[in-house]
Amino acid sequence: MKRPAWLVAAHYAVLALLAFLCVAPILVIFATSLRQQVDIFAAPLNFLFTPTLENYRAVLEEDKFDRYLANSLFVGLVSTVITLVLGCMAAYGLARFRFKGRSAIAYTSMLLRTVPLAVLAIPVFLIWSEWKLVNSLWGLVLLYVAVNLPFTIWLLYGFVLQVPVELEEAAAIDGCGPLRVFGKVLLPLMAPGLAAASIFTFRIAWNEFILALVLTDRQTRTLPVAASLFITDLGVDWGRVMAMGSLIAIPPLIFTFVAARQIITGLTAGAVKG
Amino acid sequence: MRTPPWVAALYVGPAVVVMAAACLYPVLSAFRLAGVDWALGTPWDSARWVGWGNFVSAFSNPRVWSSLATTLLFAAVCVTAEMVLGIALALALEHPVRGMAFFRTLFILPMMIAPIAVGLAWRYLFDAQFGLINAALQALGFGAKTWLADPTLAFVAIVVADIWQWTPFVFIMMIAALANVDGAVIEAARIDGARWWQQTLLVKLPMVMHIIAITLMMRLIDAFRVLEVIYVLTFGGPGDSTEILALHIYKTAFVGQQLGVAAAISVLLLVVVALLSWGALRLSNPMKGEPR
Repeated sequence: MKRPAWLVAAHYAVLALLAFLCVAPILVIFATSLRQQVDIFAAPLNFLFTPTLENYRAVLEEDKFDRYLANSLFVGLVSTVITLVLGCMAAYGLARFRFKGRSAIAYTSMLLRTVPLAVLAIPVFLIWSEWKLVNSLWGLVLLYVAVNLPFTIWLLYGFVLQVPVELEEAAAIDGCGPLRVFGKVLLPLMAPGLAAASIFTFRIAWNEFILALVLTDRQTRTLPVAASLFITDLGVDWGRVMAMGSLIAIPPLIFTFVAARQIITGLTAGAVKG
Repeated sequence: MRTPPWVAALYVGPAVVVMAAACLYPVLSAFRLAGVDWALGTPWDSARWVGWGNFVSAFSNPRVWSSLATTLLFAAVCVTAEMVLGIALALALEHPVRGMAFFRTLFILPMMIAPIAVGLAWRYLFDAQFGLINAALQALGFGAKTWLADPTLAFVAIVVADIWQWTPFVFIMMIAALANVDGAVIEAARIDGARWWQQTLLVKLPMVMHIIAITLMMRLIDAFRVLEVIYVLTFGGPGDSTEILALHIYKTAFVGQQLGVAAAISVLLLVVVALLSWGALRLSNPMKGEPR
């Protein structure tokens, strides 16, 4: 059924308007980061300002910027790798084996997925103090792995189920050990799930800010915590905070443009088969 | 397939240990903490067991009740608007067009970037002196508004930011759901003389009702968990007009330093979210229909 040209045009017009609404506030972050302080206050609607990298220079020269960047990268990457490894193993175990306690584990982890982080912050602060994990990057990693595991397990669980057991058995009969069966048979078929899971985990670990604020100090701060310190009772240092915000936004933006399909798979997983 | 239990433990064990130690144990500790009077920065030994005392002081505090009301209103308004907008847009735009993949990429951006950046962007846009929203209002001949300094308008601001961030989620879920609807059914309805609105309301929507329900539950749960965007955008102000429960808990614990009382309020929030999660689980359980 061919649609009339005006309807197609209207369709694109609405899509373009929605895209503009979605992107505009993000563009505002980048645009503001390129403005001089005087510009920001003087004429908000003047879009023809002379861009300056002054704010970025100021942020990068900030005492400990490289430290915070390194902290963020460490926490983001290490959490993602550990979550993927443990999540893969658990998803495989839950999908392939029947054992006592299986559904108890399944249901508990599904409920844990929705715990509000504000609720977690209080007991975690106490327990981490006891375990000497406060102000340590590993303390943050442990927490991010734990909060990301439920989603990762359930996303990957669906992917393991789609792989016929016979395929694994055939590989095993051909003399593949468990690790090779995993590498040759499961891994290729689970790749889209792994991509989605790693992006979601990295996104949380990289963006998260309340738990990081509570659990870190001057040495172990992550970038979002450092950015939040530009907001004070006296006001906001807009140029710098937006430069910081832009830098924090870059990795998720890259992932989105590279792997939008996998992200959408992850978003709709469990509800929509496809 | 029967496997010895130690093999299963080998695979599932590490993840279970981490989740138990760093998620389940803290959640359960919140219940214990709720019975203790303990101030931040004092030694743990000085904590006193007060039983239900924290609950009594939490629930006799009018700010807790107003915060609960704010949270419920916030969740109701945001989720209703997001569902209605998302479903309506998906129905209007479900027809596949070239370039949709690109548009979908742009639509998920608001969910992907850091909540702190989202909060900053909207705080800047809503700024009374140099915010773009006021500048646009004035250019159109309306008066400027002190968005973040007025209790009602500040609430509007946090709602707008949430709708901006999460309507695309509903939209994408619904587009995916509608794409799975069997075209033959719609065709049959059309041949039987169903008009466009009848095809939509009486045939299509009922066929995706299950996914609408799941999306609704996911959005509701998340609406009760929101914290970071509002932390940056208003920090609960002015007064306590935008102080949702999660933020109230944070402030009670780490600004007011009353961890026990904060834990007691946490229990309230946990119960709300757990009930919603239980409902969501009944709708979409990845283990549904499997042999035990």
